[in-house]
Amino acid sequence: MARKSLLSSHNTAGWIFAGPILLLFSVFMILPFVMGFLLSMTNARLISPNPPEFVGFSNYQRMFDVAILTIDPIRDEAGQIIYDEGGQPTYPRTRNWTRNKEEYPQFFRKTEVFRFNALRGEKRKNVFLAREPSFVHAMKNTLFFVAVVAPLQSFLALGLALLINQKLPGINIFRAIYFMPVVISMIVVAFLFRLVYDAESGLLNNLLGGMTFGLIEPIDWLGQRSTALWAIIIMSIWQGVGFHMVIWLAGLQTIPATLYEAAKMEGANGWQRIRFVTWPGLRNTAILIMIIITMQAFTLFVQVAVMTDGGPLNSTTSLVYEIVRRGAVQQQLGFGSAMAIVMFLIVLSISLIQQWISRQRS
Amino acid sequence: MNGIIQAATATPKAREAVLFAARYLPLLALAFVFLFPILFMLMSSFKPTATLLQHSNDFRAFLPVPLNELSLDNYREAFNRAPVRLFIFNSLLVTAITMACTLFLASLAAFALVFLNWWGRAVALSVILATMIVPFETRAIPLLLIVNNLPWFDGNRELITFAGVSLKGGWFNTYHVQIIPFIADALSVFLFVQYFKDLPKDLVAAARVDGANWFQVYARIVLPLSGPIFATVAILKFIEMYNNQFIWPNMVVQTEQYRPIMVGLQYFFQLNTAWGEIMAYLSIISVPVMIFYLLLQRAFIASIAATGVKG
Repeated sequence: MARKSLLSSHNTAGWIFAGPILLLFSVFMILPFVMGFLLSMTNARLISPNPPEFVGFSNYQRMFDVAILTIDPIRDEAGQIIYDEGGQPTYPRTRNWTRNKEEYPQFFRKTEVFRFNALRGEKRKNVFLAREPSFVHAMKNTLFFVAVVAPLQSFLALGLALLINQKLPGINIFRAIYFMPVVISMIVVAFLFRLVYDAESGLLNNLLGGMTFGLIEPIDWLGQRSTALWAIIIMSIWQGVGFHMVIWLAGLQTIPATLYEAAKMEGANGWQRIRFVTWPGLRNTAILIMIIITMQAFTLFVQVAVMTDGGPLNSTTSLVYEIVRRGAVQQQLGFGSAMAIVMFLIVLSISLIQQWISRQRS
Repeated sequence: MNGIIQAATATPKAREAVLFAARYLPLLALAFVFLFPILFMLMSSFKPTATLLQHSNDFRAFLPVPLNELSLDNYREAFNRAPVRLFIFNSLLVTAITMACTLFLASLAAFALVFLNWWGRAVALSVILATMIVPFETRAIPLLLIVNNLPWFDGNRELITFAGVSLKGGWFNTYHVQIIPFIADALSVFLFVQYFKDLPKDLVAAARVDGANWFQVYARIVLPLSGPIFATVAILKFIEMYNNQFIWPNMVVQTEQYRPIMVGLQYFFQLNTAWGEIMAYLSIISVPVMIFYLLLQRAFIASIAATGVKG
């Protein structure tokens, strides 16, 4: 009798209970997503005298409109490479190609993103050109950020979880401390680290200088291309690692203690217990943590907006930062939406790969 | 060196002491790594800027010294520079209302998804879960257009005029533009669903047999059993809302009156030199959250662990 009443249908009650939140989901989650897709095929601007026009996939084409130009160093009449005062070979300007529509339509209106050594040819360089250089920079930086942060942060979080999982008096105090940065807003953290990383009076430079008795010269951590993104990476890990430590810890505590005792009886040492008992028991947690960190890392924004504004020379700009800058600040809704859709597709494919992997495992 | 270690470990007691130190040293070093910027922030907020710059050369940066120079001047200055009380009120109001709405609507929907059998239930659940992988940032631009064209009783923009009657709307520069788009939240619904699934179904069935309507079942049977999950969702939602009111308010709120505390940071962007004041403002933002966390530490950590069980 009771079973039957549960299984019979309750359409009215069901829709009344779930309706309000489903309406909110439709208006603020699904509608913007559909609109974003439609906007990405237009040249819409927020404030514009002209109505938006349908432009097909041209926003996407622009984004991936890239080319590689191979250039040789300039030689004198004798065929010798001409070097500048710094001893570097000189190269012709790329605008010889990028402003010549008739002869080189494939390079026309493109801008240099970076250059790298060609495989063959003395001092020959390949120049990566793009129609939308800021998008390419953003994509490159975001992928780099994810590729460093995801493995490094999950590994460090596991190390912390193993330390915290020891049975020592007062261990909960340490757990509380390691988790502390997680509850502090990334906005506050980014602001605080601007002062920690400051070139002139920053805490980090002063501490490094003090510890090495002035051996290490002050470094402009956020002001130079070689260190800016790394400075952001390290700060992001500092803020987020406690979050993933707790998830690892939850995974660790699902491994039955009897397994460890059995391993001990068979003479396994500490490392062997980690390798053959802990690690296999953590496989699902590992997949979950990788996916959470990857998805979080793809949305890199606040750090960039507060600390560097994408600079110096685009070395820290990120996908979300570009989406907000182009879409909301420059009000190019069409192009901004197209970037957002590309980012969504990347996140979607990662989560599909994750689901596929966990299905393989089980 | 070896001799020292041998000597030190000769007696069992000394050996124990060395082992003890070896176990706690890495823990302490890591504790310093996680605490130093926070300590620096808190201590500096009480020091005059000149003193705190001098102190950033050594470990005095992390200590409340010298005692005679410590004061609340930085806080006083910060309150003068920006309407801090208003910003705190705005932040807490927006966070609290969003949190309350999410708790009520998400738990109600989860109740329907778990205990009721209705047309569209399976589709609704999978659509809600699918929204989890759409980052907010990818929705921000169209959302901007939507809220600018939604009707509201005291909206300031004329949307449509028909037969002399005009429909006004536009949500810019309001509280509700910071609240309503954030109530629907897939993780909250999901956490409630997971929790309700483990509740004994017979209790619900028994209450129905006794003649309770579905809302009474929700309010009198399910709610009293769901304290822990309400705490979890409340904590997660609080942290998410309070800590992240930045991109969106920057886009849709131009008037000071409705700004949250995070956006107020912009008042300090231009003055890189007044470090003491900046530190005071950062402390005003984060100290309440840290206290809240320290008081409810177990619940906080359990909440994060709960998000990890979803795999």
